[in-house]
Amino acid sequence: MSADPVGITRAEVCVAACAEAWRDAGEVMVSPFGTVPAVAARLAKLTFSPDIALTDGDAALMVGAPPLGTASGELVLEAAMPYRTVFDVVWSGRRHVMMMASQVDRTGNQNLSAIGDWSRPTVQLVGVRGAPGNSVNHPTSYWIPAHSTRTFVEQVDVVCGVGYRRAAAAGPGATRYHDVRLVVSNLGVFDFETPDRMMRVRSLHPGVSPAEVQDATGFDLAIPADPPTTRLPTPEELQLMREVIDPRGQREREVTG
Amino acid sequence: MRWCATLVGTAERPAVTDKRTTLEDMVTELRSGMTIGIGGWGSRRKPMAVVRAICRSDLTDLTVVSYGGPDVGLLCATGKVRRVVCGFVTLDSIVLDPHWRAARQGGTVSLTELDEGMFYAGLQAAAWRVPFLPTRAGLGSDVLVVNPDLRTVRSPYLDGPFADPEDADVELVAAPALRLDAAIVHANRADVAGNAQFLGPDPFFDELFLGAARLRMVTTERVVENGSLGEEGPLAGVKVHRLLTDAVAETPGGAHFTACPPDYGRDEAFQKEYATSASDPDAWSAFRSRYLDLDEDGYQAAVRAAGDRR
Repeated sequence: MSADPVGITRAEVCVAACAEAWRDAGEVMVSPFGTVPAVAARLAKLTFSPDIALTDGDAALMVGAPPLGTASGELVLEAAMPYRTVFDVVWSGRRHVMMMASQVDRTGNQNLSAIGDWSRPTVQLVGVRGAPGNSVNHPTSYWIPAHSTRTFVEQVDVVCGVGYRRAAAAGPGATRYHDVRLVVSNLGVFDFETPDRMMRVRSLHPGVSPAEVQDATGFDLAIPADPPTTRLPTPEELQLMREVIDPRGQREREVTG
Repeated sequence: MRWCATLVGTAERPAVTDKRTTLEDMVTELRSGMTIGIGGWGSRRKPMAVVRAICRSDLTDLTVVSYGGPDVGLLCATGKVRRVVCGFVTLDSIVLDPHWRAARQGGTVSLTELDEGMFYAGLQAAAWRVPFLPTRAGLGSDVLVVNPDLRTVRSPYLDGPFADPEDADVELVAAPALRLDAAIVHANRADVAGNAQFLGPDPFFDELFLGAARLRMVTTERVVENGSLGEEGPLAGVKVHRLLTDAVAETPGGAHFTACPPDYGRDEAFQKEYATSASDPDAWSAFRSRYLDLDEDGYQAAVRAAGDRR
């Protein structure tokens, strides 16, 4: 889908928007889930955040930002990162994860455990995974490729990743390192930088109207009077995405609308 | 253990207890109602030969503690499980295990759902013989809601040299020790004495599962002589020393169809067949008779035949 006259796609706008999550992140482990965040993390590393550490998707940190789908034998690795060490990193706070979410709500709670009543779900999902621990230990953002009233809900069915209201209720143990930073969807970028920590529009992708995003959202979004437009990828970023990181265009298969 | 024999020693190589046994004898040690930890992670280096042996046993009512993969799905589908303790169940390349979904959506198994780091802390607590370890993981989440038996703990360091003013009186989750009746892990190599070696990139939490358990069982691709693991790969990969094991069984292909690098990768075609078999009762019954109502040798032969057909 074309987002502007020069043929920049919505997926490419999303990649740049996700990459922005890691601008000035310094020396932290960046863990992207989903294709667009995987392209975005590489883009950030190749441009404005060279010190971030990326894993090979298995049990090592890799040097540089090799193209998606590079055979494991061709990767240059710099350190072992088995799961036990991943938890050391999570609990040290030196990480910024971008998880996906089956549901996210206006206070920043995320669900990837189950839809319906947890005790006997309508749809069993993958499980809470590390979301509870991630969200109270280090910056956590979410990527939701299909923005709809089914994914942006008033209240998630199971609180996995912890939002602002839940963290506050749990006390200083939860809030000290809690930082739900951004939610990026195919329609816009959202944050919680409001007095009551409710989700607000940070920017809308080119061509998306406030009415369109509100209609696709299951709660009242905080929308500024004149919401900013998500920036377009620069020519250098487009060249990196299209020719270096993701030449097969996998990013286009993840983004609808 | 009744299967243990003592090897005859020599001056160069003193006797060690020989912990070799068979798969079937391992499963004989298990009892219905036990809490059993299963090593590996997702669809990676799972002790599937033991899982299959449990599937064809008359064991029932098990509590399975696992970084869940097809071990959980298979044991649920064959009616062996009362409760699962996990943070997730996934087949990695297939995100959701349909057999696990069916068990949950059908309400046939109970679930203790923990944050996966809290799970790690729980295994570590059991291995260290303390009742809990504190962690932030779980605070504010529904993990504490759906598990009403979980407790929090307050830091006792309110002042004095050990106090962190910013964390004074902080309330944390007391991740409970996950004590296991038995643990089963699959290693690339092991020796007759029960040392076990991982040659792949991630040892996962296998030595903690063994440390948390009363009855500790290792299956392996190949058993070597005591003292020979250094010839197979770095000694740093011998994460399981013999103080952690009671029994060792050689089960070549014992992690199939999960990944067991560098010995073999995941059998994706077979995993797909496993996942598809959840689609209807006929498909499941065909899968079961083709692959599960057989001993391990029969299974491995059926897998080779299926590979030849593809």
